[in-house]
Amino acid sequence: MSETLLDKLWRAHAVKDLGDGWCLLHIDRQLLHDLSGPPALHSIKARQLELHNPELTFATPDHAVSTEPGRTGLTYAPGGRLWSALREATAATGVNFFDLGRRGQGIVHVMAPELGIVLPGLTVVCGDSHTCTNGGLGAIAFGIGTSESAHVLATQTLRIQKPKQMRIWCDGTLQLGITAKDLALHILGKLGAAAGAGYAIEFAGPAVDALEVEARLTLCNLSVELGARFGIVAPDERTIDYVRGRAYAPRGDEFEAAAASWRTLNTDASAVFDREERLDVSLVSPTVTWGTSPEHAIAIGDTIPDPEAMTLSDAERLALRSALQYMGLEPGQRIEGTPVDRVFIGSCTNARLSDLKLAADVVRGRHVARNVTAWVVPGSEMVKRDAEALGLDVAFREAGFSWREPGCSMCVAANGEQVAPGQRCVSTSNRNFVGRQGPGARTHLASPAVAAATALAGFITAEIAAVATGSVDDPASRGDAGAYSAA
Amino acid sequence: MTLRRGATPAPTRPRKRKLHMEPFIRLIGSAAPLLRPNIDTDVIIRIERLTSLPRRELGRYALEALRYDAHGRERPDFVLNTRAFREAVTLLADANFGCGSSREGAVWALMEAGIRCVVAPSFGDIFYNNCFQNGLLPIRLPIETIRELGEACAGGRPLEVDLETCRLKTSAGATYRFEIDAVRRESMLNGLDDIGLTLRDDDAIRAWQHADRAVRPWAWSVTGVLA
Repeated sequence: MSETLLDKLWRAHAVKDLGDGWCLLHIDRQLLHDLSGPPALHSIKARQLELHNPELTFATPDHAVSTEPGRTGLTYAPGGRLWSALREATAATGVNFFDLGRRGQGIVHVMAPELGIVLPGLTVVCGDSHTCTNGGLGAIAFGIGTSESAHVLATQTLRIQKPKQMRIWCDGTLQLGITAKDLALHILGKLGAAAGAGYAIEFAGPAVDALEVEARLTLCNLSVELGARFGIVAPDERTIDYVRGRAYAPRGDEFEAAAASWRTLNTDASAVFDREERLDVSLVSPTVTWGTSPEHAIAIGDTIPDPEAMTLSDAERLALRSALQYMGLEPGQRIEGTPVDRVFIGSCTNARLSDLKLAADVVRGRHVARNVTAWVVPGSEMVKRDAEALGLDVAFREAGFSWREPGCSMCVAANGEQVAPGQRCVSTSNRNFVGRQGPGARTHLASPAVAAATALAGFITAEIAAVATGSVDDPASRGDAGAYSAA
Repeated sequence: MTLRRGATPAPTRPRKRKLHMEPFIRLIGSAAPLLRPNIDTDVIIRIERLTSLPRRELGRYALEALRYDAHGRERPDFVLNTRAFREAVTLLADANFGCGSSREGAVWALMEAGIRCVVAPSFGDIFYNNCFQNGLLPIRLPIETIRELGEACAGGRPLEVDLETCRLKTSAGATYRFEIDAVRRESMLNGLDDIGLTLRDDDAIRAWQHADRAVRPWAWSVTGVLA
């Protein structure tokens, strides 16, 4: 019988059939961070339980730690309590811990792939909805709550029902300068923020095959904004090359044996999905959100929708009106040219080395507009060090950006780093919810290229063509700084 | 049995083992309409409240951005601030309720605010799971039915939620059947603890792991080398 990639991996990880569609699923890796880790570890201790497999559990502080240069775990005092709780609880239980300032620290979904903690074909969970990011390596990776996290700590399994399955098939070629972020926002605008509820999404097709691994991580990151707990891309030679040599990846013959099994991980040609979507990615242009749901995504050349001129239910109309009011925007207005106060380049969506390279190429030799405060927050300690070795920090600093320490920072604003009420921020993160970046903060989601160009212009713009003449996902243009250099 | 705001229902069945979740059997109380799509977990509870407050203090910050203005004053027109719905135990919501972040604090905040049931056409998947881990009942019904319920419950007229019969009953006597997974229903009715249940299968888990080490040695090779 033909199977999807998810079917194959699910079957391979089923410890026991629990009946009624429920299964006891083995979990190969659990990631913990400073926000969800301490309560889960605490509940295990309070119930006098043991960790089932601490060696499969990896922790790092990211959510509530300051990203100010020279920070310590205590710089943001409320987060200091969580940081020390995570440090102490992991030391007491034998969980791997990557502390501040150490290679390995970073946003969980940036550090786990870069260290080879996540590998193709594994099951991976974390008390964080963006765990789906890791599906870009061909893993079953999904977010869970605190109770489920404690369940995995105690049993190394989850009681779970298999999700329905959707495939988003991507044909065509991305235009020059268009990134996986634009593609993901474009899909959100077309399908809506609830399209994936109850589903696992497999991204496939020639346009996905053509994406670099880091771009696949970005694409899968936004699965949860479509409502799906899981996003996955089948592993291929690009994936295998990406994983090879990573710190926690297998080595030598063991790696070759693993790679051989990874090459079998794909969806059978005749496999049937519960829902199929197709799209031509050559139609995607630079995309930005205007409202308070990631589905409020439009091409930068388009106008802000008018709820009074659309066929909508009362509730939908009310939601759009509220979003317009919260964002301080007028229907029918062009989104391009909207002045901004802040630019944030960071998060588990877009703070990997390729993202920072792209943004640096846009800003190199130019300067951030007056009245714009622009930050770059590298996704991990290793991204930061690699970027500094390439001089990207210098390019950003000389352009007027702050170059900060790794963490979640203004994506989730759990560490006191916020956008002020009423201020407008173009952000490479994943959520534009009401209050997400701070009470009253107005967030526009965009790619690193658009965010960088916006910082320079002082208003929302897609004027990256002059500086970004190579497709960021085209390997031929990668590493060729000349292709991006300022006109 | 009538459940009042914040009250814990007494189980009608014998307890099988130590409880780690409040059981849910039957609930009667006002049902507040919050009919807008995509109410996300950031809106349900701000992340900063979770970094700074214990669970028992989260109730007053549930739906903070909607309930209070920028100065922290109640918005009089917000449904949970109105006299009729101040003591609501059920929320009548629109599509994709609880989308976004995995924070279980969203469920805790709603429960601390007295909410024990949310009726919506669809839910964020992780929020939906988190509800069952804590004894908050999420019910899926079509939006047309939810609008009807909203009219039937106007002015704070009570709605009865019965998990044993899987029915909702309005004060006018209209009943609506809802579907819920049998395993989840049983767990909710009894306040069953998943960890205890799974650890009974620990021999099977360890046997699976033993066999898997032979099949996928690379998946167990987790000694990192960080230069």
